[in-house]
Amino acid sequence: MGLLDKQFEDGNIVITSLDNLMNWARLSSLWQMQFGLACCAIEMMAASASNFDMMRFGVIPRATPRQCDVMIVSGTVTLKMASRIKRLYDQMSEPRYVISMGSCSNCGGPYWEHGYHVLKGVDRIIPVDVYVPGCPPRPEALLEGLIKLQEKVRNYSSVKSVA
Amino acid sequence: METITKTSHGRTLRTEEMVINMGPQHPSTHGVLRLELVVDGEIVIDVIPHIGYLHRCFEKHSEQMTNYQQVIPYVDRMDYVASMNSELSFAIAAEKLLKIQIPERVDYIRVIMCELQRIASHLIAIGTYGIDIGAFTPFLFCFRDRERILDLFEMTCGARLLYNYIWIGGLSHDLPQQFIPTLKEFIVDFRKNIKELNDLLSFNHIFIKRTANIGVLPADVAINYGCSGPMLRGSGVKWDLRKDEPYSVYNKFDFEVCVGKGEVGTLGDCWDRYIVRVDEMEQSLRIIEQAIQTLPEGNVQSAVPKRIRPNPGEAYARAESPRGELGFYIMSDGTGTPYRIKARSPAFVNLSIISEISRGCMIADLCAITGSVDIVLGEVDR
Repeated sequence: MGLLDKQFEDGNIVITSLDNLMNWARLSSLWQMQFGLACCAIEMMAASASNFDMMRFGVIPRATPRQCDVMIVSGTVTLKMASRIKRLYDQMSEPRYVISMGSCSNCGGPYWEHGYHVLKGVDRIIPVDVYVPGCPPRPEALLEGLIKLQEKVRNYSSVKSVA
Repeated sequence: METITKTSHGRTLRTEEMVINMGPQHPSTHGVLRLELVVDGEIVIDVIPHIGYLHRCFEKHSEQMTNYQQVIPYVDRMDYVASMNSELSFAIAAEKLLKIQIPERVDYIRVIMCELQRIASHLIAIGTYGIDIGAFTPFLFCFRDRERILDLFEMTCGARLLYNYIWIGGLSHDLPQQFIPTLKEFIVDFRKNIKELNDLLSFNHIFIKRTANIGVLPADVAINYGCSGPMLRGSGVKWDLRKDEPYSVYNKFDFEVCVGKGEVGTLGDCWDRYIVRVDEMEQSLRIIEQAIQTLPEGNVQSAVPKRIRPNPGEAYARAESPRGELGFYIMSDGTGTPYRIKARSPAFVNLSIISEISRGCMIADLCAITGSVDIVLGEVDR
């Protein structure tokens, strides 16, 4: 159900529910934290550069966590970095979303067995909304993950159902 | 330390040094580097780099693998911007240890791939350097051209970023049929695009103002610190392993070693390091053109050993990666697993110069200096 479904023919009046309006606004301007960790960051840069143009989804990179809605954890999370990522996540204002990009941040990736300094999955420290597999995922895969996140945001309801 | 400064009105002010952190989450540190700055107002008094935020246990991993071939994907992930060059360096070291001869076609294809990768790596360096200075458009131009190189790689081995293409003794795939015609088209287009890039960024007045006479690195300091690659050549030292200690088949090609000349400022400033990268892309195109003209026929997997089990011993090989001298030291105990692997990464050595050249600059200039060093944190921390 789109926002403009119940449009009157003569006026500029749109009738919608508050949920729909809020979710539409949120999913169309998911500002992303400009924050690269490792190899996947290069693919994230490629996704936001000319050929893939992530900005058409309203994803604008911001340099500070205070202005961001979505954090793309792009790369290997080491133990030394883990506490910093947790802090950055805490600094983001709600509602906040996390995309875990690449095998390393999903589960440790190629470093899952012998990586003594690698956190085996970023979901051990922060909640993750969408996992994008691949090592590294193609920019198209990241865009798909972003669209999945938008679907998730679209279905959010601010009213709690009473059983 | 507290100092007392006199203002122009004759009044005295008490000033105090302040310690601030730049990174690990900072857009201009190119990854997860933390710089601890001691500043006096806007002026940087000292810079202490803190590394280790991306330590991925490369050396320990190599010792845990069941054979030498399995190390190559981890070598890829070391310098993820220039994977082909890392692979080449490791393959040369392993081949030296195994004492095997490889077909000439393999060498030629390796050179083509490495030079393409060098262009791709320099394009990222230049594009992100533009962003550090405050110019966003060159980034889009650079990535447009880089995608075409990645398409060529994808056509050959199926991967965009981390290839596992150069094997010990050979290559994973031969060139596909449409590779050479597509590459020729790219070379013609890219020559024009370098000119466009020069007009847009290199000789832009604002860009020159921001980078000339900033972060001057004298030649003797660069040599003493062990810098290599564009860092060293930017200071006017003509040192390139491709020319001075030719590996693979680089001695068969005619190309020039680009050095900084201090065109718009002092010799060895940020602009010189930048322009060396731009000039090197042109030279890489020349090497590729010569290589595809004389590309020999042959089977690319004929020399790949069935079982890699070198005799006990050690080998060190180095090659010129886009960031400088990348070396691998391999120690074998006669089994199929490497006993010890040590990587000499150029980015780590180049990073150590940063506190030397940025003392006394402004904080905004520090972004220009870190960008011009062109570090890849995967390689610094390994």
